Amino acid sequence: MNEAIQANGLIKTYPAGKGDPPLRAVDGIDFSVHPGEVFGFLGPNGAGKTTTIRMLTGLTRPSAGSATILDLDLATEVTQIKKRIGVVPEASNLYDELTALDNLVFSMQLYGVPRAERRPRAEALLERFRLGDKRDAPFAKLSRGMKRALTVAAALAHRPPLVFLDEPTTGLDVMSARSLRQMIAGLRDEGVTIFLTTHYLEEAERLCGRIAVIVRGRIVALDTVEALKAGAEQKTIVEVVLADSKGDLEKKRIESDDVEATVRHALADAGGRRVLAVNTLRPSLEDVFVRLTGLSAEAMLAEKGGKGGGNAGG
Amino acid sequence: MLADDLRGMFYIALKDLRAYYFKPPNISWGILFPFAFVLAFAIRNPGETRELVPGLLGLTILFGTSSMEAIVIVFERRIGSLERLMLAPIRLPALLAGKLLGGMTFGLMVTAVVLVIALAAFGIAGVNWLLLLLALLFSAAAFSALGAFVSVAVREIFEAQTLANFIRFPMMFLGGVFVPVASMPLGLQVVARLLPLTYSVEAFRSALDGRPFGDGMVDLAFLAGFACIMFGLAVWVMRNKQD
Repeated sequence: MNEAIQANGLIKTYPAGKGDPPLRAVDGIDFSVHPGEVFGFLGPNGAGKTTTIRMLTGLTRPSAGSATILDLDLATEVTQIKKRIGVVPEASNLYDELTALDNLVFSMQLYGVPRAERRPRAEALLERFRLGDKRDAPFAKLSRGMKRALTVAAALAHRPPLVFLDEPTTGLDVMSARSLRQMIAGLRDEGVTIFLTTHYLEEAERLCGRIAVIVRGRIVALDTVEALKAGAEQKTIVEVVLADSKGDLEKKRIESDDVEATVRHALADAGGRRVLAVNTLRPSLEDVFVRLTGLSAEAMLAEKGGKGGGNAGG
Repeated sequence: MLADDLRGMFYIALKDLRAYYFKPPNISWGILFPFAFVLAFAIRNPGETRELVPGLLGLTILFGTSSMEAIVIVFERRIGSLERLMLAPIRLPALLAGKLLGGMTFGLMVTAVVLVIALAAFGIAGVNWLLLLLALLFSAAAFSALGAFVSVAVREIFEAQTLANFIRFPMMFLGGVFVPVASMPLGLQVVARLLPLTYSVEAFRSALDGRPFGDGMVDLAFLAGFACIMFGLAVWVMRNKQD
């Protein structure tokens, strides 16, 4: 196999709505995903992440450009592509009325898994995702974390070599998010190719081999995590922690070429507040992201309303 | 690819029947609603009860197939699970055909109950069974396709219910269920000739009266054509919405 995904000049333009001009959600993106890697696709809301996934999974047709998925042409072999990919959408979307087991079996029926393999495979997936005791519970009765885990399990039911994960941990509590990340890492170790979009930069840093950053429909950076950070290391991050008279803290992070001048300027700018700490830091992926998008990670999470990914441990 | 489509259709229909159709409120509604209407007319004209049977069958299959069909696609789109089906390795027409198959199966099962009761009450002598079977199948396909079109054409469940009733209730009174089309004013007869229920009821009447197969050919052809047009429109609308 060549590349797991090869996208060439993909464009998606949505037609004009009432009073709205046509929207070019994805604006000529080129990238490739290597077999067996976890490829991170990062960007703020509305950057084009989900539209890209929808194009690559055959849910919507590109307005222009081409792509191959697992050596199959997206324009002419989309049904064959669908057989060989798994997709975890942003929202857990299994059937409320069906049990955990029946949801997995139904997924396998749709993908043509032989009858004799369905139940044993479903049981094994439930055990793997720690849902063994919920096999007969309707999907509607599961917790949010369990629903998410079962949605991932359903995407793996037909053993796809390529899985698309669209913000898999958004909205999960810390423990559920941590557990799901461990499962994703397990898939990576098994050689499954993963296309991952996430708002959690620590998550991307921990799981992904390479990362593309998309802003307003265009890829503005694409490299390994280490290479992206190395590009930013020419500058130092000065972090100043200030406290006002009420004890409220403010943490400032300033990119600097001249640490001494930056610290002096930051202290002069404290405005009567106590300086609790001054640190110099190596740039993180977040600093790279801020530089590329002009949007802080906190702002991005606030936009999204997410809560689960703050601690990307595990 | 055809094998994938057929398998997908079968399992989508099976899933819909389990998840949505075979619920007690849906079954009781499917049977009781047409009976209640027919009973009201039978009480008013007790001597003509036998004449109401074709209309009763038409009404039962109309509501049995289309009531849930009209909301199931829009419901699944709202909760996001329709996307699961669209990601499956089957073509869009097969996905919709699976949805139709679920509605048809349920409608035919409910109508079979009503048919058995009606035949037990009025006798089975002289029935044209082939015409009856085809009338059941073609009616189920036409009304299920109508429900599917309604479901893909709207955004919200309440819109689907409103649109479905907007179409079905006038059809109920103009489709020859309670009043023969021939006895209607000319203008209403023209409208009645555009409604699939008219042809469904007439096909059932021909079959139950034991008339030759040829008497029902026009009715069956109209129902088949209506089903194809509604199905084609549903696929077209859904494909456009997808992009």
